Amino acid sequence: MDKFTTLTGVAAPMPLVNIDTDMIIPKQFLKTIARTGLGKNLFDEMRYDQNGNEIKDFVLNQPAYRHAEILVAGDNFGCGSSREHAPWALLDFGVRCVISTSFADIFYNNCFKNGILPITLPKQAVDALMDDARKGANARITVDLEAQTVTSSDGHAYSFEVDAFKKHCLLNGLDDIGLTLEKAKDIDTYESKMATLHPWI
Amino acid sequence: MTAPKTIYDKIWDDHVVQTSEDGTCVLYIDRHLVHEVTSPQAFEGLRLAGRKVRAPEKTIAVPDHNVPTTLDRANAATMTEDSRIQVEALDKNARDFGVNYYPVSDVRQGIVHIVGPEQGWTLPGMTVVCGDSHTATHGAFGALAHGIGTSEVEHVLATQTLIQKKSKNMKVEITGSLRPGVTAKDITLSVIGATGTAGGNGHVIEYCGQAIRELSMEGRMTVCNMAIEGGARAGLIAPDEKTFAYVMGRPHAPKGAKWEAALAYWKTLFTDEGAHFDKVVTLRGEDIAPVVTWGTSPEDVLPITGVVPSPEDFTGGKVEAVQRSLDYMGLTPGQKLTDIKIDTVFIGSCTNGRIEDLRAAAAVLKGKKIKDGMRAMVVPGSGLVRAQAEEEGLAQIFIDAGLEWRLAGCSMCLAMNPDQLSPGERCAATSNRNFEGRQGRGGRTHLLSPAMAAAAALTGHLTDIRDMM
Repeated sequence: MDKFTTLTGVAAPMPLVNIDTDMIIPKQFLKTIARTGLGKNLFDEMRYDQNGNEIKDFVLNQPAYRHAEILVAGDNFGCGSSREHAPWALLDFGVRCVISTSFADIFYNNCFKNGILPITLPKQAVDALMDDARKGANARITVDLEAQTVTSSDGHAYSFEVDAFKKHCLLNGLDDIGLTLEKAKDIDTYESKMATLHPWI
Repeated sequence: MTAPKTIYDKIWDDHVVQTSEDGTCVLYIDRHLVHEVTSPQAFEGLRLAGRKVRAPEKTIAVPDHNVPTTLDRANAATMTEDSRIQVEALDKNARDFGVNYYPVSDVRQGIVHIVGPEQGWTLPGMTVVCGDSHTATHGAFGALAHGIGTSEVEHVLATQTLIQKKSKNMKVEITGSLRPGVTAKDITLSVIGATGTAGGNGHVIEYCGQAIRELSMEGRMTVCNMAIEGGARAGLIAPDEKTFAYVMGRPHAPKGAKWEAALAYWKTLFTDEGAHFDKVVTLRGEDIAPVVTWGTSPEDVLPITGVVPSPEDFTGGKVEAVQRSLDYMGLTPGQKLTDIKIDTVFIGSCTNGRIEDLRAAAAVLKGKKIKDGMRAMVVPGSGLVRAQAEEEGLAQIFIDAGLEWRLAGCSMCLAMNPDQLSPGERCAATSNRNFEGRQGRGGRTHLLSPAMAAAAALTGHLTDIRDMM
């Protein structure tokens, strides 16, 4: 997993609420056994018409946002299924950060496993950043994970909360399976204790 | 004297392997269910790192999302190449890593969330995970069950644990009894209608109250199944005599002295008097009507007697979302829900593909014919549900009424197999999501109970089941 430290980039405004994982990556693209290559189908049914032509109005098809690295989104982004294909598609497209008032739990967790930073901010801050994002390619938003701040193009900084362990893993690009395997002895101990206490499991 | 605990607190505490200073826990996982769509990259990760599956005996694999449900599915040509590759990858991974496995050819194959309980893999007090958001289904047994992403699937395969922080406790109480024609599906949709799809974010829901206690295990699974649609990490129901009776004698349920020991433990799994809930929602069972969804979010729920709402009835970001939904669904504000014409009926899924659901649909369809031109299919949740439905004569009722009687799988719930809607086609579905494109690009989904789906198949439009009783 790539580290996430700081990011300055174009932010695309997606004010729609409840953007679900079926919108982010429709099911026909889940039939892959790889993690890569999904970026071209990110938001597929919003982005392309039935014939595969780009829908001009869709934000990521507009010249200013074709290389957006940040999304500023409506409430409850990523609701729906557990498909990690959603963050894989975002990452493959080049998005490393999503900002919203709220995220669905599973999607939120999945982002951290893939070097993407989901940022939760109060509605007022998200609205202000949404307005900033609407300014187009010259309005670049800066995210600093160490300092836990998002700074709009006019220099207004917003602080955000992030779990300390998740932050540590993201800052250092850590593989958490490796970290857990360091605790293999604890797992062994737990298993032998439960084999006595709950032998039916 | 320890502080009073919720059932979630109790199960959580019994599975903590290790706690870090910041409260992050290593949580032990008792059962890991695996299907073909969200697991190939996880097994590949294990291979690349030279890791094994830590507890193959606690891991259960079954293909369900891609598999065709037509009778000729043994013929490989019924699957697209990419679907076939995914199913074959699961087959190879299950055999290479030695996990429990129900291949497509096995009569016990079916939707992972139906197979788990049916085979007795799911037991009260367990932690159960799967790379699938509808894992919450297993909460009906008083298990802590939730969906995970593929990275976490790999983490569980390698370590049999997850790194987690505890969620908050939320209580959803349904008081009193349901009225005739109202089902578990109406409860779970009505709760989402009341809380919204983000209402449960960050919480584990305990469903309780008389109406929940009065539900069968099948009904309880339907309720918990859609906890995720309300945003909750998991939903669960304290086990009781109905739970124990359902579990007893299942192939992987404990027997003899182990059964007695398990039962003694399971009987401690209830929320203590005075335990703290961070959020409480109460609905009166008598107030719940048969409901349908009109929009493209599961929170877009109304009693069948209602009319299509207008964007102006909403505030904030929902105004734009509702306008978009109405455009997508081809509906006009003020239109009566019972005037909405239906082209297709889908009865099945991990929400409503169990025997009781098929009985409810068959009771409505018995001796009748579906509307001319209606496409309707019944997809049992597992091969064993299918066999039982045939034995009880339900299959014949469906066939006589003009419905297609299929083999087990996820089917048109998410349309990864050939069962899909065409653009503009409108479907009454017993499944769990009405998202744009969910059942096929441009397809329009109305979620409802099996009895209501059967009623729509007969009349050709959304129908109040109470008018047929």
